[in-house]
Amino acid sequence: MREDRALWVALFIFALLLAAPTLLPMIGQGYLTNLLIKAMLLAIAALSLDLLIGHGGMVSLGHSAFVGLGAYATAIGIESGIENILVLLMIALAVAGSFALLTGALALRTSGVYFLMITLAFGQMTYFTLTSLAAYGGDDGLTLWSLATLFGSDVVQSGGGLYFVILGTMIAVWWLVHRIGQSRFGRVLRAARDNPERTEVMGYSVRRYRLTAYVIAGMLASLSGLLLVQHAEFVSPALATWQRSGDLIVVVVLGGIGTRNGAIFGAFFIVILEEVLGSILHEWRLIYGPLLVLMVLFAKGGLSHLVAGKPRGGAVS
Amino acid sequence: MSVLDIRDLHKHFGSVHVSNGISISVEEGQCHALIGPNGAGKTTLMHQVTGSLRPDSGRIVFAGRDVTGMPVWQRVQAGLGRTFQITSILPSFSVLENVALAVQAKAGSSMRFFRRAASEASLNERAMATLERIGLVDRAKMIAADLSHGERRLLELAIALAGSPRFLLLDEPMAGLGRSESAMLTDILADLRRAIPMLLVEHDMHAVFRLADTVSVLVDGEVVARGSPEEVREDAAARAAYLGAGGDG
Amino acid sequence: MSLTLLLIQCLNGLQYGALLFLISAGLTLVFGVMGFINLAHGVQYMIGAYLAFAYVSLTGNFMLAVVLSMGTALVFGLLLEYFVFRHLYDRDHLDQVLATFGIIIFLNEAVKVIFGPATLTVAPPEFLSGTIQLTETLRYPVYRFATILMGLVVAALLYVTVSFTRVGMLIRAGATTPDMVSALGVNIQRLFMVVFGVGAMLAGFAGVIAAPLFSIEPGMGDNILIVAFVVIIIGGIGSIRGAFFAALLVGLIDTMGRTLATSTMGLVFGPSMANQIGPALASMLIYILMAAILVIRPQGLFPPKGAT
Repeated sequence: MREDRALWVALFIFALLLAAPTLLPMIGQGYLTNLLIKAMLLAIAALSLDLLIGHGGMVSLGHSAFVGLGAYATAIGIESGIENILVLLMIALAVAGSFALLTGALALRTSGVYFLMITLAFGQMTYFTLTSLAAYGGDDGLTLWSLATLFGSDVVQSGGGLYFVILGTMIAVWWLVHRIGQSRFGRVLRAARDNPERTEVMGYSVRRYRLTAYVIAGMLASLSGLLLVQHAEFVSPALATWQRSGDLIVVVVLGGIGTRNGAIFGAFFIVILEEVLGSILHEWRLIYGPLLVLMVLFAKGGLSHLVAGKPRGGAVS
Repeated sequence: MSVLDIRDLHKHFGSVHVSNGISISVEEGQCHALIGPNGAGKTTLMHQVTGSLRPDSGRIVFAGRDVTGMPVWQRVQAGLGRTFQITSILPSFSVLENVALAVQAKAGSSMRFFRRAASEASLNERAMATLERIGLVDRAKMIAADLSHGERRLLELAIALAGSPRFLLLDEPMAGLGRSESAMLTDILADLRRAIPMLLVEHDMHAVFRLADTVSVLVDGEVVARGSPEEVREDAAARAAYLGAGGDG
Repeated sequence: MSLTLLLIQCLNGLQYGALLFLISAGLTLVFGVMGFINLAHGVQYMIGAYLAFAYVSLTGNFMLAVVLSMGTALVFGLLLEYFVFRHLYDRDHLDQVLATFGIIIFLNEAVKVIFGPATLTVAPPEFLSGTIQLTETLRYPVYRFATILMGLVVAALLYVTVSFTRVGMLIRAGATTPDMVSALGVNIQRLFMVVFGVGAMLAGFAGVIAAPLFSIEPGMGDNILIVAFVVIIIGGIGSIRGAFFAALLVGLIDTMGRTLATSTMGLVFGPSMANQIGPALASMLIYILMAAILVIRPQGLFPPKGAT
């Protein structure tokens, strides 16, 4: 029953998003569409992180590195003359995946707060590496004068159908994370979250499963980076700061850890909140900060709890 | 032909010699009980056999294979099953899922990302069969965290059994159980032991006498006496160990 | 590279290390004793710097400003503890990260509102300004030298307190076996408050000391916080001794690393490549060290005695 309700809510949101570009111009033109894109890109990254936090119990404070890597892989690819978005996609996934494999293999020898710190360290290393890429703008970032295309068509650019490509990707990632969560793999991952020792004694190599999840999550996050480049036509190391990683955690927790739609709720809420608060008060962070604290102290279930009336924690159905 | 062969195991923690040349051999169809006062090193031994602790020297041979260097999960895949002294289950999963996960580990690869695991009939059927054997069938849908202590101990055993083990390591399965629950669990184990050889660590002497073919007495990391339950009961060294150390009988 | 330059960089490294120690000491205590991840420790440091600016502007007397700043930082820290942190000790690390993250966001914005977004400066006190002649060729700023000494003094004070006083003993016990301490009837609430208060004061003090050295700006605490975490991981969580040696190590590696990296890279690759790779490599050094420690010796170089 719970699951059906979550599914219907999600479908409703997707339908709204699908209709938005047609409806919105009547209200407020491209600005609102941009906002929705921003939210969807954030949602994609958050969904991938939820695979780690919600299903795997692995809190990473370096996840934004993958977004940055995906973005830079794409940007560098474009600057090097690669125009085909599918090729760029392969490159971005390969870069993010390899980085995840290498760093994950090391990081997953730790757990808890040490894991938090080591992922932070890797995130920082990525950030500093990106700032050192003088050929690609270094600290200031890089503006792109040409973008990727899909076999020559501009459907993956802002003028064409980028909005729908992003929406489609978000739906695909949402579906994928959910499927994975329900699968044999997901079940083992959740068991390891609850009781790694017991899971090991059932006959599972917990590290192997966690590393696999880490690599998948990294690759999915890089999608957000790639699409961001197509949308913003700009890339900067600021994508990979630890503050961005913290923001991602906020989104996931705010929406409801491990829930079906949590990451999406969280992403949209944050983006809209930032806009609304920001238009009222320039110093909106004065409200946002305490809001976060209050949320942690009193509203642990997140937004999903409010929408679906489901208590936090426990196995995902 | 012994199924589990522990050969001259040594383990130090600093200057404390927790395992001092322990050798135990368990044959097919046998139940070998390990008793001894608290602090004798029984659980440490269990950890070394399962693989969560590395011995300083010695060998552990399981079903003809030297598993001394193998990680825990590999030993389990090879057929070693274990229950914990302090109940270790998956509290947020249902009873059925707890057991189904154990079945899943031995039912092909779990690197499957798309099919819904909870609806895999073959896994659920085998899980239910195990629950039936243990007597937890009517609790199948319950969330494991809601079980009573006694039921959790049963679940502990069900999880170990579901993996179709070739050998069972039981670390104080009766811990915290009342009289009738102990008796029931002992009955279940009595049924099992001919099919699955066991190494049983226990304080509950009723269970030891009912189940064990051989008993080893462990004191301060060494086996001080070994024999049938009756022999050990009469053995002077064993008595000294228990009475002297003020252990429970 | 000349010996003089090398020596100067070495001293700079020690100075940075001394500052890092002042920040890390409080962090490792709070983390070690209460298991509390205080990301807001960095903004407490920042507030110390801003308070220094405010009080110096108000009183014109640096030393007076130091005292006032530390007092205010203490009060402020205790208020934070009472209203927010106290409720988080029992929560999981994720909650602590999020809540303290929220406080960082709030305070970074607050100082921007109160003091403006521009960077501010504070001059070192008269008697500590100027340079001192250390060797024939070596002149070094007095204030930086004083910072090193200050770090040593505080380290000594902390060491004595932790090793020889009753409170210190409780802190050490709390860092290794908190349940026991509570079971022994010690007022844990009060102990935590003391520890947190000390931590807040140290952070504030570090900020005051840093004010004449760095530019004071919103967000100045964020990046040095990360380095402080690196320090306590390398040194061993809950260990003052560990924080001391790790801070000096990190300070030296980071400072010397920046100098040496570019020149060493220049030997292997060309100068333009070196200028690209050098700084990046230097920034990464301390993180590589931390990652290595986490993998090889996760309890740190000098874990508190009794800790596993």
